[in-house]
Amino acid sequence: MTGALLTLVPASFGGAIEFIFEPQSSSVTGGNKVGGLDQVVELTLNQLELTLLALTVSMLVALPLGLYLGHRGTGELLAVGLGNAGRAIPELGLIAFMAAAIGVGWRNIVIALAVLGIPPILTNAFVGIRQVDRAPVDAARGMGMSELAILLRVELPLAIPTVMAGIRGATIAIVATATIAPLAGVLTLGDFIINRNVYGPDGLLAGAILVALLALVLEFSLAGLQRALTSKGLKVSAA
Amino acid sequence: MNAFAAALAPPLAAVGEVGEGFFKERSSDTLPCQAREGHLFCFDWAKENIGSFGTPTLQHLEIVAISVAAGFATAFALALFAHRRHWLQPPLLAATGVLYTVPSIAFFFLLLPITGLGRDSVIIALSAYTLQIIYRNTLAGLANVPDSVRDAARGMGLTERQILWRVELPLATPEIVAGLRIATVSTVAIATLAVLASGGGLGVKFYTGGNLTFLTSIVIAGAIAILMALAFDVVLLGIQRLLTPWRRAAAG
Repeated sequence: MTGALLTLVPASFGGAIEFIFEPQSSSVTGGNKVGGLDQVVELTLNQLELTLLALTVSMLVALPLGLYLGHRGTGELLAVGLGNAGRAIPELGLIAFMAAAIGVGWRNIVIALAVLGIPPILTNAFVGIRQVDRAPVDAARGMGMSELAILLRVELPLAIPTVMAGIRGATIAIVATATIAPLAGVLTLGDFIINRNVYGPDGLLAGAILVALLALVLEFSLAGLQRALTSKGLKVSAA
Repeated sequence: MNAFAAALAPPLAAVGEVGEGFFKERSSDTLPCQAREGHLFCFDWAKENIGSFGTPTLQHLEIVAISVAAGFATAFALALFAHRRHWLQPPLLAATGVLYTVPSIAFFFLLLPITGLGRDSVIIALSAYTLQIIYRNTLAGLANVPDSVRDAARGMGLTERQILWRVELPLATPEIVAGLRIATVSTVAIATLAVLASGGGLGVKFYTGGNLTFLTSIVIAGAIAILMALAFDVVLLGIQRLLTPWRRAAAG
């Protein structure tokens, strides 16, 4: 952790780009090559898979609960309080705690990451549904729609922007924290950062670039998905 | 994998005089608490080593305070500048959004060729992370001031500058502080990652020398981080109350 290697060989963006495409020889692995496109693709897919798994678990837990509480209009303390408390969880502490208390491996890290994703999804699902104008809900009830149909076909479409904002927030938190998953035995792009003595300063910088790109690609994809899911009527009224 | 057990094993094995079966007969109960796997909390260790958390806690406090102050100054200035220039608002929101999306840990090392490893990079990355929420809340707070209030102020002969500082900003204070609170609490949590960029802070009590530390240390450092976030939150809420005395009058 002294960074002696890093002060001797300064990292450069050119070197990092080279590291991403061409395997480099490492001073630590005894001549074995590290980096290169094959390893980059493998670690990217790992990080993506880990993120999507954890996000799925968070959504399965938080979406039904948040939508239900929002529809009933109860449990504000739970839904909003948990969202606020969730922000105070130190990411590194959570991963370290899971690894030390329960053990390393895919299952445990998915659970740890899902814990980070639940609060923003829960809060936004609750708030999104609560903010829906009561007039269309009353109209739907007057038309004889069931409570479930009201929730899914009236309230949810109107709440999509807020609900999706929660999912996007959760995704950013999860993909960012998946970077430190190598501490708990799951190799992601963060391996280039955490095991920097193996990959060298160019690998470290390459890891940072790749993690940043992955997060931005996920964010833009979800923003696109949100636009596709938002009903045309809402877009007209917003414009 | 307990880092302490791993660290203790070689020196113990190197002592040649211990009798045959020494290691087998010793049940894990007689080992010092910190050498046992998965033991949640060692009070003896905690009592002896609590002092070693002081410096990391102060470092953490310093990182958070500087980052949030720098982020707030920047975001607040951007919001004031964009307040009456509506065309500036979407591009600034997008730019701060990109900074928010880039994971802090990646941001630390993207700065590597420029500011190198250490606290400077950490503080720049963390303050960039706070920009969006503070910028967005400040603008929203200013935009939510009713036009009738603005018209009344104008009718009383206040200049645009006076309207901003003496009417709009005070009324927007609750939303501005709400953004500041979210930014501060998140920053306390994320600043634990500073250890990966050799930036110090409470993270060193989670992870040192390339290994996770053992559970007691993780639990104590985690508790300090959460309490610190809570303390910042309460202090900021108190400041908001002091700045908006009319809200208490209206509520009471």
